[in-house]
Amino acid sequence: MQDLPIKIDALIAKHQQIPGALLPLLHAIQDEVGYVPESSYKPIAKALNLSVAEVHGVVTFYHHFRTHKPGRHTLQICRAESCQAMGSVALEAHAKQCLNIDYHQTTKDDAISLEPVYCLGNCALSPAVMMDDEIYGRVSAADLDALVAEATA
Amino acid sequence: MTIKIYIPRDSSALSMGAEKVALAIGNEAKKRGLDVHIIRNGSRGLYWLETMVEVSTASGRVAYGPVKVRDVPSLFDADFAHGKAHALNLGLTEELPWLKKQQRLTFARVGITDPISLTDYIAHEGYQGLKNALTLSANEIVKTVTDSGLRGRGGAAFPTGIKWNTVLGCQSEQKYIVCNADEGDSGTYSDRMIMEGDPFVLIEGMTIAAIAVGATQGYIYLRSEYPHALVTLNAAIEVANQAGYLGADILDSGRAFHLEVRRAAGAYVCGEETSLLESLEGKRGQVRFKPPLPAIEGLFGKPTVVNNVISLATVPIILHKGAQYYADYGMGRSRGTLPIQLAGNIKQGGLVELAFGATLRELLYDFGGGSATGRPIRAVQVGGPLGAFLPESQFDTPLDYEAFSQLWAVLGHGGIVAFDDSVDMAVMARYAFEFCAIESCGKCTPCRIGSTRGAEVMDQIIAGKDTVKNIKLVRDLSDTMLNGSLCALGGMTPYPVLSAMNHFPEDFETKKASAAA
Repeated sequence: MQDLPIKIDALIAKHQQIPGALLPLLHAIQDEVGYVPESSYKPIAKALNLSVAEVHGVVTFYHHFRTHKPGRHTLQICRAESCQAMGSVALEAHAKQCLNIDYHQTTKDDAISLEPVYCLGNCALSPAVMMDDEIYGRVSAADLDALVAEATA
Repeated sequence: MTIKIYIPRDSSALSMGAEKVALAIGNEAKKRGLDVHIIRNGSRGLYWLETMVEVSTASGRVAYGPVKVRDVPSLFDADFAHGKAHALNLGLTEELPWLKKQQRLTFARVGITDPISLTDYIAHEGYQGLKNALTLSANEIVKTVTDSGLRGRGGAAFPTGIKWNTVLGCQSEQKYIVCNADEGDSGTYSDRMIMEGDPFVLIEGMTIAAIAVGATQGYIYLRSEYPHALVTLNAAIEVANQAGYLGADILDSGRAFHLEVRRAAGAYVCGEETSLLESLEGKRGQVRFKPPLPAIEGLFGKPTVVNNVISLATVPIILHKGAQYYADYGMGRSRGTLPIQLAGNIKQGGLVELAFGATLRELLYDFGGGSATGRPIRAVQVGGPLGAFLPESQFDTPLDYEAFSQLWAVLGHGGIVAFDDSVDMAVMARYAFEFCAIESCGKCTPCRIGSTRGAEVMDQIIAGKDTVKNIKLVRDLSDTMLNGSLCALGGMTPYPVLSAMNHFPEDFETKKASAAA
């Protein structure tokens, strides 16, 4: 990506003056680029008067931020107690088997990245999953297959 | 005449296809030449009936649910737009027993109004609390909140008024109001429902807090798992700013309050207030030592009120109707109402707001209708992943902070997760450690190391190895975590672990026999 540094610099310029700028900036970068490239640490650190280690520390502390390009879609499966009470353990096993990947991995065709999530706030309709920004409740294995099929179509 | 149709925009309703239903109803109405106005409301909280569609009729709103896209043509055929009979007709919404039995104070408007219509909000008694607050002195506002008996609904149940009073008493050129909307506990979604269903009530509550303690800047720290709440909150803040309910001069009072939503980034520990403040400052969400209290040295070192969404969203009705009105609800030292969330293996999951004092059994069976699978409910976890598991013999416990403390359990944020008899409590105990290990901020040793060692020892127990010795080891480790951790994450992980062991010993002790068999 030729214009990546330009994009990052523009986002830094937009966010650097706000109080506690680092998280909003990292969100903006991930929203725009899809992940937080390690090449952005240095310019971020310089602009916010931090060390590169501090930026790295923050990026890696939070589950939401990722440092590698994800698949075209991200499928999050809730692993929390409420979903476990409704069969999420079997659902995640099914997803891993169908997609042939584990959590934090992306399918070979780059279509889907699989991530665990600890509560989507849809606990009355467990088990819940999220495909990109869309949430689904009372998800059966067949529903999950349909979601995957739709996303990869 | 235009027919008003209400279709929720709430995440849980969307998870059951509300968006597609809204689209289908819009298209079908157009096709049939019907003049309809679709309002995207919050959810009434009867989640097993989502997508629940309501139509406005002369006798009140009539509900239909659960509506799927395939039901839409038949609904129109049956003239549902005028509240006529259909297999999915649930009758008048207000008459539904689930709602009628509730005491909705904080949730008075949720599901009824258009969440981002300020006109609707004001027409339903919105901003009355702020108007009253603007006529009172700071001390009087704080006293009203104190007298109402409101305690932090995030889980710790610390008296809200006392916290405000500390911030009020601090001299500082800058103070902050921070709303903890990092609702990470499994089994809880009441914060989300407020933010998606009635965001103005939260904005109003934060504005009252700001006026009370002399803060001019507020932040809503919102978990990143709630993208729909983010959109709704930002839309409502924009409207409030334009109408003069937020900004440099609130309702010509000369008082300023600026409000901004900040997205969290998926760290459970950031629901702990000092960790949240670190995160807002742009740092790793590591827990701070206390003292100093955030009320004295909080965000950017300034005096800061940190309150949960429900606490803040309850302030407007207290300022509107008075401290006594709110305090008249409840039992013992738990005053007012609690928005309870029924979750997990439950037939009728959803939001039940009741005065403190109702029993778990009433909630699980009268409201919840028993388990979703139809099997006996064996255990419930109340208060999120750090809450204790309660067995059937404790289902008559009233929902009251002190009654739960006596059982060595917590009410927390009011989430109740039900499990049927297929649950293996040793697996749940292991998960509690695993979750703590994944989410530990790493600052203190008992939590950082103890959680991982705990999961390992639980693996041994589950495999039936040295069960007696290992159970003793888990108890010992739990004691260390309980007494030696810096915050509730490590300090309360023993609650689910030990309660599972104490109430369901058969799941731990018999492992050897079953593993060998």
